[in-house]
Amino acid sequence: MATKISARNLNFFYGNHQALFDNNIDIEANSITAVIGPSGCGKSTHLRIYNRIFELYRDQRASGELLLDGVNVLDKKVDVLDLRRRVGMIFQKPTPFPMSVFDNVAYPLRLHFKLSRAEIAERVEQALIGASIWDEVKDKLKSSGLALSGGQQQRLCIARAIAAEPEVLLMDEPTSAIDPVATLKIEELCLRLKEKFTIVIVTHNMQQAARISDFTGFFYKGRIEEFGTTEKIFSNPDKKRTEEYITGRFG
Amino acid sequence: MSYSSDLNRCRRPLFFRKLTDTVLRLFSFAAISVAVGGMGWILFCVLRYGVGVLDWGFLLNPSRPFGLPDNGIANAVLGTLLITGVSAAITVPLGIAAGIYLSEFGRHSRIAHFLRFSANVMMGMPSILVGLFVYIIFVVPCGHFSGFAGSLALGIIMFPVVMRTTEDMLAMVPYTLRESALALGMTRARTTLAVVCRSARNGLVTGVLLAIARVSGETAPLLFTALFADSWPNRFFSAPTANMPVLITQYADSPFPTVQSAAWGAALVITLLVLTLNIFTRMVFRERGQ
Repeated sequence: MATKISARNLNFFYGNHQALFDNNIDIEANSITAVIGPSGCGKSTHLRIYNRIFELYRDQRASGELLLDGVNVLDKKVDVLDLRRRVGMIFQKPTPFPMSVFDNVAYPLRLHFKLSRAEIAERVEQALIGASIWDEVKDKLKSSGLALSGGQQQRLCIARAIAAEPEVLLMDEPTSAIDPVATLKIEELCLRLKEKFTIVIVTHNMQQAARISDFTGFFYKGRIEEFGTTEKIFSNPDKKRTEEYITGRFG
Repeated sequence: MSYSSDLNRCRRPLFFRKLTDTVLRLFSFAAISVAVGGMGWILFCVLRYGVGVLDWGFLLNPSRPFGLPDNGIANAVLGTLLITGVSAAITVPLGIAAGIYLSEFGRHSRIAHFLRFSANVMMGMPSILVGLFVYIIFVVPCGHFSGFAGSLALGIIMFPVVMRTTEDMLAMVPYTLRESALALGMTRARTTLAVVCRSARNGLVTGVLLAIARVSGETAPLLFTALFADSWPNRFFSAPTANMPVLITQYADSPFPTVQSAAWGAALVITLLVLTLNIFTRMVFRERGQ
């Protein structure tokens, strides 16, 4: 197994407030890594460094190294537009763009590649199939993405994120705003997607982490308290605090 | 319901709570009645005194000096459309661009604070000052009144309104939508145009059309700029240009009852125009439910 992403002494600051302390982690290719921990422990903050989305806010900054295939992507020489094509992201709330279902998925394709109409149509279909939503939307590709249900919108966003064939998928609590049935669909989807992508998922739901992930990192107060295979973390963690969190005694 | 004896001793009488409720309801209802009643009264007056003058000749003939037959308002309607249209064509792109800057790029910058502050000042400025300003910096150097000078004056009034509306509408678009666009590898500019502005489209169009409707009735800024002429507005850039607000002002000032009625008629026409624009806007760009 190859390492896809490595964090080396990653620190993060909101203005003068330090939110992450010396995060070190190795994320394996074609696996699902779950990031768990109590609210405010820095899970999302950690994830948001991977595609440098935090740069939208001018008082936020990261230091240390984040290696994607061995290259430090925090280096300003790395083009952020290209990085974000390689590292896709799914957010807590579904965020379909105000355009048709088809155009939502075609947008990243047209953005990054010169493709013929037929190729775009083909790839949109593949992405929608990949996100397990094709059957539900194939008859309404021209209607607005906003008209879909919450769970469908989230899968549409997944289709949009995988359309341009990224290497990594970041998921920031992708099912927390979605009903249980849709959640299960998305979890099954993740298990299929890991054949092609490396997935890092932040979740508040311990069962979810246990169900789908191969590795789990437990965050506490901005530090990675413990990291290992999900089996080990959930059955026999090294740290007492990890055990307490997983058994629901705090958090 | 039973309360413990302690609490029962100090219960507030329901009567006063209900009284407060009733008084507040009545008060807000009265306030609404005054506002809506006032508007209804105005519309009623304009309709009552204006409707008698309306006929095809009045709508299709240009205005003529007093005493000549076949007096109309067509030149003023056309002039107002021209002045307002040119003004909007210049101001709306600038105002929207400035609003985009305020919301998307320079939100916390010093320039943005300064811009917001001066926009608020400009929105509260008496519009006659704007007319005088354009008179001094444009009409005097040119040596003549013109419809275009009127457009400039209206544009100065419209600009801060469009800018602030744009900013407010864009600020309502949730940040996660921007993040997800950027996360796909879009640039800031593309995110703004393709996603943020598109999401706020209805609000933007409504804001712009309401700003246009507002300035189309402004009189004071036109008195020193477009002035008025009893001719078709065919020399928009170089001569006084007919327009509705100044026509109404001049006709209403006239000692002759027939001319005064013509002022009512013109008032009715412009009211209907603005009303149509408003209703049309709301119907086409009504906020659709999620």
